[in-house]
Amino acid sequence: MHRTGELYGQFQTLDQQKESATLGMWVFLITEILFFGGVFMAYTINRHAYPTAFGVGGNMLDLGLGFGNTIVLIASSFTMAMSVWSAQTSRKKAVPVWLVATLALGSVFLGIKVVEYKQKFDHHLIPGHGFDITYCSNNPSACGLSGKALEDEKKEIEEGIRAETDDPNTPEGLARGLIALNAHAQLYFSLYFGMTGLHALHMIIGAGLLLWLIFEGFKGRFDANYNTPVENIGLYWHFVDIVWIFLFPLLYLINRHLA
Amino acid sequence: MSSVQQPPLSPQPLAEQQLPREHYLNATYGIRSWLLTTDHKRIALLYLISVTFFFFVGGIFATLIRIHLLTPGGYLVTPETYNKLFTMHGVAMIFFFLIPSIPAVLGNFLIPIMIGAKDLAFPKINLLSWYIYLVGGAFVLYSFATGGLDTGWTFYTPLSSIYSNSAVTPAVIGIFINGFSSILTGLNFIITVHTMRAPGMTWFRLPLFVWANYATSIIFVLGTPVIAITLLLAGLERMFHMGFFNPVYGGDPILFQHLFWFYSHPAVYIMILPAMGVVSEIIPTFARKPIFGYDFIAASSIGIAVIGFIVWAHHMFVTGQATYAALAFSFLSYLVAIPSAVKVFNWTATLYKGSISFDTPMLYGLGFIGLFTIGGLTGLFLACLGLDIHLHDTYFVVAHFHYIMVGGAIMGYLGGIHFWWPKITGRLYPEYLARIAAITLFVGFNLTFFPQFILGYLGMPRRYHNYPPEYQVLNVMSTAGASILALGYLLPMIYLTWSMRYGKIAGKNPWPATGLEWTTDSPPLTENFHETPVVEWEPYDFLHRPELGLLGATSKKPAPAHGDD
Amino acid sequence: MAEHSEHIVSPKIYAAVLTALLAGTVLTVQAAKIDLGRWNIVLALTIAVTKMTLVILFFMHGKYSSRRTKLIIASGFFWLAIMLVLTLADYTTRHPEPSRSQLQPTPARTGSVPSGFSA
Repeated sequence: MHRTGELYGQFQTLDQQKESATLGMWVFLITEILFFGGVFMAYTINRHAYPTAFGVGGNMLDLGLGFGNTIVLIASSFTMAMSVWSAQTSRKKAVPVWLVATLALGSVFLGIKVVEYKQKFDHHLIPGHGFDITYCSNNPSACGLSGKALEDEKKEIEEGIRAETDDPNTPEGLARGLIALNAHAQLYFSLYFGMTGLHALHMIIGAGLLLWLIFEGFKGRFDANYNTPVENIGLYWHFVDIVWIFLFPLLYLINRHLA
Repeated sequence: MSSVQQPPLSPQPLAEQQLPREHYLNATYGIRSWLLTTDHKRIALLYLISVTFFFFVGGIFATLIRIHLLTPGGYLVTPETYNKLFTMHGVAMIFFFLIPSIPAVLGNFLIPIMIGAKDLAFPKINLLSWYIYLVGGAFVLYSFATGGLDTGWTFYTPLSSIYSNSAVTPAVIGIFINGFSSILTGLNFIITVHTMRAPGMTWFRLPLFVWANYATSIIFVLGTPVIAITLLLAGLERMFHMGFFNPVYGGDPILFQHLFWFYSHPAVYIMILPAMGVVSEIIPTFARKPIFGYDFIAASSIGIAVIGFIVWAHHMFVTGQATYAALAFSFLSYLVAIPSAVKVFNWTATLYKGSISFDTPMLYGLGFIGLFTIGGLTGLFLACLGLDIHLHDTYFVVAHFHYIMVGGAIMGYLGGIHFWWPKITGRLYPEYLARIAAITLFVGFNLTFFPQFILGYLGMPRRYHNYPPEYQVLNVMSTAGASILALGYLLPMIYLTWSMRYGKIAGKNPWPATGLEWTTDSPPLTENFHETPVVEWEPYDFLHRPELGLLGATSKKPAPAHGDD
Repeated sequence: MAEHSEHIVSPKIYAAVLTALLAGTVLTVQAAKIDLGRWNIVLALTIAVTKMTLVILFFMHGKYSSRRTKLIIASGFFWLAIMLVLTLADYTTRHPEPSRSQLQPTPARTGSVPSGFSA
């Protein structure tokens, strides 16, 4: 087994090896662009069809937590870049420190995600049986809703029902509208969980890679002569950040002017 | 203009009496040395065994289908079982045989040698690809064994995601996993061709087989992730009732089709491009003439890969998609035929005034050109919006894609196996028996699938377990042909296996052919070359390579123009 | 051919990019609270694309990479664009066909209003 950093048998020079590794990571990242791209495509078509329901669903997400997560992830991209810089300038001791910071921030992100998911579960917003977009407006204490927030949500749901029904003047028409709104909101939440779940899975994998890097970093492995793994795992980490940069506005900021 | 001819001796090579002392097959022994190998050549053989296995699996389903269709009433199996037969035939053949076949077997074996490298850029990832393929295959076999699949290989929703009672979930998981095998192989090839070429091996000295696999790898890398996410979404819908494609929640089944075909159309180019690459190697060798229009063939490979991505909705003309979009996709589908036609013209021009011999690889190569042309032209019929209304979902489509995938891709695969067999094993296969097998295959193939064009034109729908009695004669012809075709497949499996032990020793370059792989031992060393080669000649340059032993070759320094002469 | 291995991006640039990204995030949240109709999504995506560009150019060293790497990055986005544009070409040009007997224009619906051709 070769230790990381040595010249592998199939290569002629270390330069060729490094170039191959970096090029390999970039090609892998464009496969990820297409992978996430498919689900962004599904999102686009469905939002185009049901803008109101998507707005209602989006406003049920916790804006503060989403904003916080975005800041955390952007900061972790910064710390990751600093780790690469430390390696490139042979600041060997600093490399794992920046990596630990990155991992810590990433873990905060995942922790907040767990909180959010639990909240959705409590608010009956998991697709499947029991999904009910009106749960919180009907049980405000269970969701911690009161005052203006509660008023706004009730109004939004009412307008949503009106937009979804063919006949807003009869109770049967409104009932049909509620069913449609619920169905389309469930579609929104399927996409929400699908997209953020896929993203979180990628973060967990990234966290695992960071752990390995941290171990190697504490052994003093990375310096100006050899820092390819730091750089390439950094590329992966930045990519995961970019996906979230799009997920945040597309999922959380659909119709915030109504909330 | 001079030309080269064969020497008056028989085509058998002046062979060494023995295999080289040390080569990749005897370098290490034991099952661990094979299952944990990182040698691209051994991995290629591991793939050869596994894809052949899945070919059998798919073949058994095909046999059952054709036997069932002997009679209009359809007495062999129930309608539900029939749905499962054609589904499993498609899944096994497409995902586990056709897509990996040439790239994972011939590409893995040859690309490093053709570019003068010791191995691919990422040998361990290469081995990982094979294991991922096996895991994916295991899931799919589990699905076959526990109720099968009845959705069609196309997995249209909501049948696949909600209503089907068959074992869809494990199959979808298996194909999802298998996708990563393709992606990693494609990634490996792309990086390898960029960074691992030997000194002097510039892009335009690469063999066209490498260009073909490079173009295929572009499709692997950009297309496969989309089928992965699509099947993931369909699987989530099935397992967790998420509503992406379910009309009850407002989801759109047509969205599934868009996402599915965004990959699956380029997938057919994954299946055909490597076979075209094989043909581009075989034709010049057995016409003893440089390939005509090298630049155009290389560019057309890239062209097919790119244009192949913008035609997918021609599979959806009857779904109710917007007429405007249908027009655009129809036009683009005509466009994609052009680079394929360029290749066919260039191969034909290569044959013109060549010194042609009908060795087995050449028989497969010539068969490819004819059958692929028929298959490709019938694709144009289907690209025509009006005609497609009549022909969609009939046996015309079935015949069309089998002409390309069997008459094209599989013949290219077999041609390549035969052409490089001496290099892979160090031995020659029995030539006359092989020619008989090739002709048997060709006859059986046409008898199987030509009647299906007629059946489709007459209106027989595909994926139906029965048919009106007036179609029986053509169906019987088709099944008869299938039995001959099966013989054409069995014969090579037998004599190729036989030749591994008893075949004549081949020597380095039995044909002879140009290309770096023919300058090294047969079978090659684990590191492929005794010394890193330095490339100073243009590809397919039969005229200026007297060392190949062909009459008429001069030793003039090659002109910078490569290909046509 | 070595890539950008000699080019080291200074922490000052990283800090500047970080500031820009954080500012962009605040901006996109505030902009979402204002009703701009269909321009909300345009603005949100513009900000997101800008942030992404900064991450690619500086954090991922895209600006200092070889032409080949730049081509690979561009092709990833180009292919994504193919998928989005051509699929939307279907969805956004679907009109329910008006029947031949209708003499009045069809009523407006949510989504696209039929324009151009009519029966």
